[in-house]
Amino acid sequence: MLAFTLKRLGVALLVALTVSLITFSMIYVSGDPAIAIAGEGARREDVEAIRKFYGFDRPVIVQYVDWLAGAVQGDFGRSFTLRQPVAEVIFSRLPVTMALGASAIAFALLLAIPLGVLAAVRPNSIFDRFALTLAVVGQAMPSFWFALTLILWLGVYWRLLPITGSDSWQNFVMPAIALGYYVTPAVMRLTRAGMLEVLSSDYIRTARAKGLRTGSVLFKHALRNAIIPVVSLAAVQFGFMLGGSIVIETIFQINGLGYLAWESIQRKDLPTMQAVVLVLSVIYVVLTLAADLLNAFLDPRLRVT
Amino acid sequence: MIRSLSRAWLATAALLAAVGLLTAAPALAGKKDDTLVWATDRDNPIADPYYLNTRELLVIGHHVWDTLVIIDPKTAEIRPLLATKWTWVDATTLEFELRKDVKFHSGKPMDADDVVYTLNHVSNKDNAIANFALLAWIKSAEKIDANHVRLLMRNPFPAALAYLAGIAFIMEKGHYDNAPVKPDGKKDFGAVKPNGTGPYKITEVKPGDSISMVRNPDYFKDGFKGSPAISRIKFRTIKDGNTRVAELMTGAVDWLWDVPKDQAERIKANPAVVVENAKTLRVSYLAFDVTGASGQKFFTDKRVRQAVAHAIDREAIIKNLVGPASVVAPSPCHPDQFACSSDVPKYAYDPAKAKALLKEAGYPDGFEFDLYAYREREYTEAVIGDLVKVGLKPKLNYMQYTAFVENVHKGKTPVAHGTWGSNSIPDVSAMTSHFFLHGPDDLTRDAEVKRLIDEADANTDPAKRKAVWHKALTRIAEEAFWVPLFTYAKYYAFSKDLVFTPTSDEVPQFFAAKWK
Repeated sequence: MLAFTLKRLGVALLVALTVSLITFSMIYVSGDPAIAIAGEGARREDVEAIRKFYGFDRPVIVQYVDWLAGAVQGDFGRSFTLRQPVAEVIFSRLPVTMALGASAIAFALLLAIPLGVLAAVRPNSIFDRFALTLAVVGQAMPSFWFALTLILWLGVYWRLLPITGSDSWQNFVMPAIALGYYVTPAVMRLTRAGMLEVLSSDYIRTARAKGLRTGSVLFKHALRNAIIPVVSLAAVQFGFMLGGSIVIETIFQINGLGYLAWESIQRKDLPTMQAVVLVLSVIYVVLTLAADLLNAFLDPRLRVT
Repeated sequence: MIRSLSRAWLATAALLAAVGLLTAAPALAGKKDDTLVWATDRDNPIADPYYLNTRELLVIGHHVWDTLVIIDPKTAEIRPLLATKWTWVDATTLEFELRKDVKFHSGKPMDADDVVYTLNHVSNKDNAIANFALLAWIKSAEKIDANHVRLLMRNPFPAALAYLAGIAFIMEKGHYDNAPVKPDGKKDFGAVKPNGTGPYKITEVKPGDSISMVRNPDYFKDGFKGSPAISRIKFRTIKDGNTRVAELMTGAVDWLWDVPKDQAERIKANPAVVVENAKTLRVSYLAFDVTGASGQKFFTDKRVRQAVAHAIDREAIIKNLVGPASVVAPSPCHPDQFACSSDVPKYAYDPAKAKALLKEAGYPDGFEFDLYAYREREYTEAVIGDLVKVGLKPKLNYMQYTAFVENVHKGKTPVAHGTWGSNSIPDVSAMTSHFFLHGPDDLTRDAEVKRLIDEADANTDPAKRKAVWHKALTRIAEEAFWVPLFTYAKYYAFSKDLVFTPTSDEVPQFFAAKWK
């Protein structure tokens, strides 16, 4: 188990580094950062002064190593546009995105697991078909379209919920639905498949024979075993949420990490862009690693190195 | 069991809906809260107009600060604001007499020391204000006495008053002296707490979120800006266009601009909202690579350039894509800018003539070339559509602004479809000079045009200046160095409870707005 863990950890680290290196170099392909900072109508002398000041005239690899050295110590530099240390900005926005991701996953699980259980209990019935359709529609809908539809109905027509900001818990309802709905099909199908397998096993037959109530059989005995792969799937999907949150946070004007990512790309705010990509990829890598390790821990057959 | 589960679901959903309904946070905006909330998609993390070069900060600048003089957008005349009188002592010297009843938000009365401090600070290259290029003509300012100031220029600059009116906000003496120091040792001037003389004061700046202002009860009376009627103004950043409109519908936001035409047409029907189309100082144009530096030498030939001018149906583009307040621009400047003459040779929409000119120039079957653009893609595509009709084969290189500018500066663009807002300064030198004085954005490099512009701007006599500028603009039109296309118009959408008039300088006068 230890060797497996160490090897996985090493791979995770390499992935994070590669992502940061690729992002760093892609910035230079899309235009001159000095002109981006100088803005429209700047004179050549101003642009050159900016180039020198920020060190853009140094070779790209030197700039990257310089940045990486700082990042490892927690110094991500200063944001060009927000005029604050990037670390401060990121860690003040991270909780909002985490809250959004957590509520989205919670919504997805609350919707998908019962649906999956009920579909497994009545396989190939109308209910099963309905649940599957609901799930597939969720995966096919673009999240921004769904978000705008929610805004239109719940925000504008029925005035049930506030549309923008992150002041109260009501602000998170629509974003959580829009973001979480995408994950529902995968979780639902996995739950359904897992439950179907478990429900036909011997110990469940024994439980039924012993006269236990349906509820107890389903949830206390069957679901507990069927849910294991779902937990690791949820961990990975949580990582996807962080990426999908860019669109949702922008539409609902939630000041989280996703919105910061979009903003920093538009503003060519290089230090922030690089730091956000690094933080998000590290989180995603950690989640995937955790899911891997959890699975390996629960099922020793998966501990192949 | 399943029934009870479904019931539990329904109950929870109903409960949430009820709670949501009862406790949904009320939007603090609109007439009942006497708060005007306006939103754009841009983030404005600091509130100093000298250190953040965005349109929103320019607007906030005019509400929280005052300039020496101001331009009346209806008549384009220079009017007094902090200064009551001014005199041109000679071509490089202006003297101002100042008002005596002005106070900063900090309480300190304004006098010559503040004006001298501000003008000397902004014209000093080391202080690196964001718009330095626009005030670089200032050499220094001197105090004559407590209410008189002398302004010295590096060279004759007849448009000085227009530039001062647009962006030279007066700060209190010593305002930047105690600026916090950044980790690299330089002072962070933009971080100083805002303090101005204007009709509104800033109460809160939330980077990435909002800037809040409250009416200044001690604002001087009988100034050009009058006495503001609305108590509070809040600027909010809302990135997504649809979300902004949704917030306008629910009343959480009271005022928007830059609404796309199709959306504006749709929300016109909503009784809660007023939609207006007003012109701006931004001009759309095609600039040709006249020198041939890009390697595609087609546009060194005047006939080819004139053919392109005849090929484009500018009226149709305006009518169908831009908006009713847009007009065709015959010169490389905005018709509302001082000395921008529209009385120049014009190129009527005539595709047959365009084809004839191309044939004469040796291209009966047209030719392929690269066209660069960065802004509204639909406008560029309309232009391309027209060019294709006369046999030309433009290849579109659509990119972000920074990449576009880089290509222009490197001389790589045979045809560049650009726009220019002139920082809302209503003087021809804010646009044409930028593009025809052999700077990095000048793709023409014509010696005669430069000579005429230099001669024009050495005159402080407005009539003489206009006459020489007319000659320069005529030459540019005759040679078709550019095909100026049209002026931009913006759609404004705001609450029906608001009395508001858009102005062409793109600086909304919220200080003049009021509730019905």
